[in-house]
Amino acid sequence: MNGETLVYKRPDTLIKDKGFTFCPGCGHGVVLKIIAELIDEFGIRENTIAISSVGCSIFLEKFYELDVAGASHGRSPCVATGIKRSLPDKFVFTYQGDGDAATIGFNETIHTACRGEKITTICINNTTFGMTGGQASATTLVGQVTTTTPRGRKAELTGYPLRVAETVANCEGAAYVARVAISSPKYIKQAKQAIRKAFEMQLKGLGYSFVEVIASCPTNWHMTPVECINYIENTVEKVHKLGVFKDITKGENI
Amino acid sequence: METSIIISGYGGQGILFAGALLCHAAVIEGKNTTWIPSYGAEMRGGAANCSVNISDDEISSPVIDKADVLFALNLPSELKFEHRIKPGGLMLLNTSLVKKIPERHDIEYLNMQLNEMAEELGGAGFANVIAVGAFVEKTKILSVESLKQALKEMIPEKRRNLLPGNLASLEYGVNFIKNLTKVSL
Amino acid sequence: MAKVLWKGNQAIAQAAINAGCMCYFGYPITPQSEIGEYMGDKMPELGRTFITAESELASISMVIGAGTTGTKAMTSSSSCGIALMQEAISAMCCAEVPGVIVSVMRGGPGLGNIASAQGDYFQAVRGGGNGDYKTIVLSPSTIQEAIDLMYKAFHISIKYRNPVMLLADGILGQMMEPVEFGEYPYQDDDVSTWALSGAKGRAPRNLVSLHMADGELEKISDRIFQKYKIVEEKEMLVDKFMTDDAELIVTAFGTTARIAKSAVKKARKAGMKVGLFRPVMLSPFPEKELYETAKSAQMILDIELNQGQMLLDVKASVFGACPVEFLGRSGGGLLTDTQMLERITTLYNKIGVRV
Repeated sequence: MNGETLVYKRPDTLIKDKGFTFCPGCGHGVVLKIIAELIDEFGIRENTIAISSVGCSIFLEKFYELDVAGASHGRSPCVATGIKRSLPDKFVFTYQGDGDAATIGFNETIHTACRGEKITTICINNTTFGMTGGQASATTLVGQVTTTTPRGRKAELTGYPLRVAETVANCEGAAYVARVAISSPKYIKQAKQAIRKAFEMQLKGLGYSFVEVIASCPTNWHMTPVECINYIENTVEKVHKLGVFKDITKGENI
Repeated sequence: METSIIISGYGGQGILFAGALLCHAAVIEGKNTTWIPSYGAEMRGGAANCSVNISDDEISSPVIDKADVLFALNLPSELKFEHRIKPGGLMLLNTSLVKKIPERHDIEYLNMQLNEMAEELGGAGFANVIAVGAFVEKTKILSVESLKQALKEMIPEKRRNLLPGNLASLEYGVNFIKNLTKVSL
Repeated sequence: MAKVLWKGNQAIAQAAINAGCMCYFGYPITPQSEIGEYMGDKMPELGRTFITAESELASISMVIGAGTTGTKAMTSSSSCGIALMQEAISAMCCAEVPGVIVSVMRGGPGLGNIASAQGDYFQAVRGGGNGDYKTIVLSPSTIQEAIDLMYKAFHISIKYRNPVMLLADGILGQMMEPVEFGEYPYQDDDVSTWALSGAKGRAPRNLVSLHMADGELEKISDRIFQKYKIVEEKEMLVDKFMTDDAELIVTAFGTTARIAKSAVKKARKAGMKVGLFRPVMLSPFPEKELYETAKSAQMILDIELNQGQMLLDVKASVFGACPVEFLGRSGGGLLTDTQMLERITTLYNKIGVRV
């Protein structure tokens, strides 16, 4: 109709009339939507193959109008490698959690980065194994209570959290590595900006791009969504610091 | 007819090459053949051996239980394989390194001072091909021409300088048998 | 075309190239490292993919990735390396993703040794992955057959959308013999009906192995097992040698079968009616063929380089038609044709058949 301006449209990449099935306050829905919006923006939906991973990140085909390949625990970057090497013109991304990309599959993450595979990984870091019920992962903070660290993670027993993005950024084949959060509208905008940049890196064929997104898991953190936001901003971000750790298009590391 | 050959010595004597050389020549003559390198713990132990079968018919077992022929290029090989030669078989013995008195009376021994012969030709590395030359001249299971052809095919372009020495070694082995025959006549 | 002398591992690799394998992903392990070395030399030259993966977990998953796009891909490994791939092999069967796996067995259990053995029969045909699935397993006994079976492996892997394993042993990988590379003889099935390529002008597709909806997994399970029945009927491969009038039939696979053939020939020379039944396809197992062959025999002697693994399938197939004896050796030791002949002779006399 005349005079009407489109201010919001559901992304075409999301399956129509299908809501996300995550717990209230979970970060996955926000990130999945950002990805869908960007795929629409770039106009690459029909040229994209997504790789789901094990964890709450597994249900891509339930939400996306995309071709989806599955991977076993931690192996999404390998499946993505096989796809990208077979079909170099396709846009290929993995969607993983910290249990998958940083714990069981960190070896794969690092080697994929070192090989400079022209794929993109979006890693949701909620510092816990969400789907299996909230056990400690490689990124769990010291002191954090989980079902396997009921008295809080003790460094003397289980060591320290893995800095995922910082480590991936050390790999020469990585073109863009950032850690973002989605705990406020401002952060969500920044997160989208980072993921857009990561997508561009692949579309330009520059190398591996990796965006770690700090997200909340209210169910397993046993917090309300608002408490989760406060916890992220006051505690998680102190350990898993936000920033761009590598951007070869800038020619400098932060 | 099927001939089973074990070639044995230590790493660096060109044991595997000697076996492969016989195989290549066999293929040139349209025969069936199999080659297996020493396999198992010996692989890193300094000892080397390979098993070669050459036959006009299909070869069922590439693994040699009892051999028709043994090349023993050092003492451990002689000790290890002497009892694995079929009665009536042949042992080609490198007497430069094997000073032991042979124990069997039901096989033929062909004694050759391979190290000294190789030195004459310019290096210890030729002992293996001298042995092969003597073996084919003695048994006639393959023609010397096929062996020469095989050498030409096997020695890569960038190591072409080694070809004349190898061809000469082959001839040396052949002539050694020819002269031996003359003497015994 | 004249025959050329080839080493087993290299011949397997070249056969894969001839079959149109576009991607090789692997991790070195003796006694099959020459496959990766050969591929590392040839594949980039041909503009194809070669990656030394970070582990066997990774290499098989890369095969899955290529397989989801309908691209011919392979990996190769040995015993302990194949063990690491089991989770992914199960997932491939469930998601119906093709791919070729070459397993060159060494001695086990554990790191074992690097000698030739057949202790991974169970690993290949039963699999250590979870759930109901079958890997199609082909077992060559000569290098020529390894080449021909590599061709078949790629073809049926795409045709049935299932992983296919070539189960060889250290001897086959390490030995040389003259072979002939024929051209790839198959017309491969069209993959465009199922492969992932981006959802352009069609509904999105997914090739995943998690199926939580009520009854969904059961349907998949029934479907893939229906498929294995078809493989059994249409693709079965066995090699029978002098079994028609045999009183004693030797069953063996791979290199052992080749050595057993020598023993069988010697037994025949000695006047014993002995034959050899060699399953070339080990999974699905040629149950019907073996039963039919065993019915007219007095005894079966199963020979393997393990403590008796195929023996279970042999017994199940023979189904009491005649007694089944076993001769085995494990830990990397070989059985010679003389040792086999000894046992054949003893058993032959025992069944009371006049020599």
